[in-house]
Amino acid sequence: MPELLGHYNYWIVIVLMMTGFYTVIARPNLIKKVIGLFIFQTSVFIFFISMAKVDGGTAPIIEAGISVYSNPLPHVLILTAIVVSLATTALGLALVVRIREAYGTINEDDIHVQDEAD
Amino acid sequence: MISLIADILSWTCLLGGAIFLLIGAIGVLRFPDFYSRLHAVSICDTLGAGLVLTGLMLQGGLSLVTVKLLLMFYFLLFTGPTAVHALAEAALQSKLKPLVDEHES
Amino acid sequence: MDYLIDIVLLGLLMITGFAIVRMRSLLAVAMLTSIYSLLSASLFVALDAVDVALTEAAIGAGISTILMLATIALTSDEEKAPRHTPLLPLIVVTATGAALIYGTLDMPHHGDPDAPVHHHVAPTYLHDTPGEIGVPNVVTSVLASYRGYDTLGEVTVILTAGAGVLALLGYRTRRLNSRGPGNRQLVVLRVIAKLFFPLILLFALYVLFHGDYGPGGGFQAGVIFATGFILYALAFGLGNAQRVIPHRLLRIMAAVGVLIYAGVGIESMLLGGKFLEYRVLADDPVTGQHLGIMLIELGVGITVTAVVLIIYYGFVSRLHARDI
Repeated sequence: MPELLGHYNYWIVIVLMMTGFYTVIARPNLIKKVIGLFIFQTSVFIFFISMAKVDGGTAPIIEAGISVYSNPLPHVLILTAIVVSLATTALGLALVVRIREAYGTINEDDIHVQDEAD
Repeated sequence: MISLIADILSWTCLLGGAIFLLIGAIGVLRFPDFYSRLHAVSICDTLGAGLVLTGLMLQGGLSLVTVKLLLMFYFLLFTGPTAVHALAEAALQSKLKPLVDEHES
Repeated sequence: MDYLIDIVLLGLLMITGFAIVRMRSLLAVAMLTSIYSLLSASLFVALDAVDVALTEAAIGAGISTILMLATIALTSDEEKAPRHTPLLPLIVVTATGAALIYGTLDMPHHGDPDAPVHHHVAPTYLHDTPGEIGVPNVVTSVLASYRGYDTLGEVTVILTAGAGVLALLGYRTRRLNSRGPGNRQLVVLRVIAKLFFPLILLFALYVLFHGDYGPGGGFQAGVIFATGFILYALAFGLGNAQRVIPHRLLRIMAAVGVLIYAGVGIESMLLGGKFLEYRVLADDPVTGQHLGIMLIELGVGITVTAVVLIIYYGFVSRLHARDI
């Protein structure tokens, strides 16, 4: 039982990651794929931040009288990763717009048919 | 003594705010038409959020946190109804007709 | 008892995730993604990561939703049913999930203070920050000073993304004022936008300079600053927004931000230190650190604002040019 309580946080986050992963590989719509990637990235952030938490600690802003802080290093890494996720989402969506203008559809199956017909 | 009164008042405000937010959510699910759902959301959400913020202000006492919460309250008071107004205007622009009773003579 | 809020938030996240997979209407999926991002921002606050929560709320729930809505307006808003049964993806996903869960069985418990991740570099940062840098927010001190080199690379990534969107979508200037709702319908939105536009910009500057003492910093401030201009563009049209902040200026601003950042590094080299060693920027090492952090956060804020606005202008000008 203590095993379960200690790890449930990570397991739920893995379920979220797999939801995003499934959306990327199983749904044919390109916008859905980009959104699935966004969900995957956000759940990885939750995983890292769950690792950084210390029981009884508080936010890593130094204040007199507090001695236990949460680990600030994963926070810095995830801050970088969030901004990079914005960059990749913007580029992915711009690519989707151009694909729609080139092929007339954003369904992966129809694009495949058009590519093979050439 | 005064802190006990402030505590009781703040808990009342927090619970009242939560109840109003719940009522607004039930209204969104149960109303039949877009405009009536929008009406439920706009009124109940602004009131609920305002009550929750008032409860938190009473918990914070006289400090910088209370000033920030007050600014947040004014911001929500302005932008909540404006957002709903923009939604209703957009729906009217897209020719979404409200559901009216056809048996009115 | 404080696990209860974690469980509730994670449960809501799971429900939202499943709904995103199953729903076919893309507008609903965009709104659900915004809700997902806001729920994870709340979860970050519950896990004591306040800087990360501010960034996730601003970027995930704010900018990404606008971009998704713009893409849906430019493409289609309904998803066709998949043609083949998803048996193979389900098997792959289940196998990967099982392998990952098997991998976490070795991990230390959630919140364990003796976990190896809390023992090597992090206590050094927590211990040395008040003496060496004098900035209460340890996340800012690590991001801007101890790991300043990584942040320079990140700002360059943002600049590259802006350049990429500029290359893909460009910026069409014809027919920017062509159609749209008239003056009468927009009067409430325009008054409120004019009222809040200076307040939003002021708040962004507050977040930028207060990032040393509380949650905040260059990235969040840049995004909030850009949001003010996006609100203005939504209320008054892209033509008026172009007159307020022209595209030419945005392209220059995006490069100037990175130039300020790298310039601080080269300046510290010219003054006798190493690249991005802020100690040498002033007589007192702590003042030098303060000065260095302030300058690079300013550079980061300028670049992030400019790139977010370049991306927004790219998407919306293509909407106008297509005259949908």
